[in-house]
Amino acid sequence: MKIRQISVFLENRKGRLYEVCSLLGQAGINIRALTIAETESFGVLRMVVNKPDEAISLFRKHNITANLTDVVAVEVPDRPGGLAEVLKVLSDGNINVEYMYAFVEKFSEKALLVFRFDDPSGAHRVLTSAGVTVLTEKDLPNL
Amino acid sequence: MEIRYWNQRLETLPRHELRQLQLERLREVVGYALQTPFYKKRLPKVGISSPEDIRSLDDLKKIPFTVKDDLRQAFPKGLLAVDMEKVVRIHSSSGTTGIPTVIYYTADDLDRWTDLLARSIVATGAGPGDVFQNMMSYGLFTGGLGVHYGAERVGMAVIPVGGGNTQRQLQIMRDFRTTVLHITPSYLLHIHQRMPEFGLTPADLNLKKAWMGAEPHSENTRLKLQELFGIDIYNSYGLSEMNGPGVAFECVYKNDLHVWEDGYIIEIIDPRTGEPVEDGQEGEVVFTNLIRHALPLLRYRTRDLAFLHPDPCPCGRTARRMSRITGRTDDMLIINGVNVFPSQIEEVLMSIPEVGTNYQIHLSRHEGLDRLTVKVEIYSKLFTGDLAALEALKNKINEKLRASITINSRIELHEPGSLPAIEGKAKRVVDEREKL
Repeated sequence: MKIRQISVFLENRKGRLYEVCSLLGQAGINIRALTIAETESFGVLRMVVNKPDEAISLFRKHNITANLTDVVAVEVPDRPGGLAEVLKVLSDGNINVEYMYAFVEKFSEKALLVFRFDDPSGAHRVLTSAGVTVLTEKDLPNL
Repeated sequence: MEIRYWNQRLETLPRHELRQLQLERLREVVGYALQTPFYKKRLPKVGISSPEDIRSLDDLKKIPFTVKDDLRQAFPKGLLAVDMEKVVRIHSSSGTTGIPTVIYYTADDLDRWTDLLARSIVATGAGPGDVFQNMMSYGLFTGGLGVHYGAERVGMAVIPVGGGNTQRQLQIMRDFRTTVLHITPSYLLHIHQRMPEFGLTPADLNLKKAWMGAEPHSENTRLKLQELFGIDIYNSYGLSEMNGPGVAFECVYKNDLHVWEDGYIIEIIDPRTGEPVEDGQEGEVVFTNLIRHALPLLRYRTRDLAFLHPDPCPCGRTARRMSRITGRTDDMLIINGVNVFPSQIEEVLMSIPEVGTNYQIHLSRHEGLDRLTVKVEIYSKLFTGDLAALEALKNKINEKLRASITINSRIELHEPGSLPAIEGKAKRVVDEREKL
């Protein structure tokens, strides 16, 4: 039910994001979803890639500070109010969302979102019992 | 120019009498020193087992230098010469390696110290009728309390406001028609920059004088600040090892600082050889405290660089004049008037597991105030990907640093390997402050 997200520590330096992304590109690793959380002096790049194990060892080799975090990929109806419906399910189930972001491309009629919950198992239970589809890494085509 | 004295006889004592007084007082403090575990071990080795072994001032040269580290090693009571029951004041500073240093004073010690401050204050022309706003920190730092008691003794109206809170400082200056300030140069500059915000100009205030200390500054800074405020500014020098402020002070001629030689023997040495330099040559300042009995210090190396003026001052005082401090022989930093050693910062950083081995200390100046930025590399293995954890780490580093060096810093997190490496004498301190 969980998929692995890669978090990369980025200091605020011109060209650093490019360096990280181009490393992935050269290794043939595809970014499927990403977001950047930033503060005044540093940022954290979060992404879902098609080969997380390869990406992590690549970063370690290049002395880039990175780590794997479990997140949940959730299908959301691609229409006005679709995301709100899913968020209501979570809210009613007393599940806290730490952050979320969207996949770059669509794999079906539905939009695909990445959620980080403080209680991933609880979130999974609440979502599936409400009929919301939660995907695993195997479920994701081309991942 | 009107010359006012606090104690005319002592201030104009002929040099040979002054030296005789120094000799008597040196014998007295050597007697106290021989009561301390530290000097009891050290002095007999150089043939000094009683005050009578000091036959002339030249015998001072037999005594080895005392250094800051000796004070740390002697913490807490290795240099205490009297019963704790006689001690009425304790000042302390945080140590560079976590071991603090401590200074004890008896009631008589405080009395003698206060008297030298009264002398310093009167030498600048201040006195009864003046309203004195003391903007130096009180507490364990000697700068605040030392001058406070001197000003009271002289008969000034003392406002013990302490440092910080610019708006309140300005309000007090206006409400009480403050005439004299005791302040660091960077804070005085900051005050000036903030005045328009409160709709004030120096003309709205009643300031006449400022005593400026705790931070080295150039003559140009003095001239600039004098012009900005339309006041007279006098340079002040002291260190807690020599009681605190009032070791040396400028008179109305503002031509460098009279060292109160009946209270302190000054030597200027070559910091490499320890030998005295010629008069007028720059070197490290070494002091022997002649007036403190609770904690005697003989030939204490200050690490400050300065020179002595060989010629007398037109004010008639026979105490020689010392130049402003031109530098340091160690790596001590002065940040908004607070003394900080890079080793203190390193000690704190290396105690935090999430911090890697590389760091950089960065100093800059904004609106007249110093800003300390500490750049650290995060330790990869402890990176969780959690932004809140990184923010918490920054706060933790700042809190721990503040506990050690007493001031706030901005913490910057960097990737491992991005700061100059430890090999090859990395430049740990980058000081971009323009010289004051």
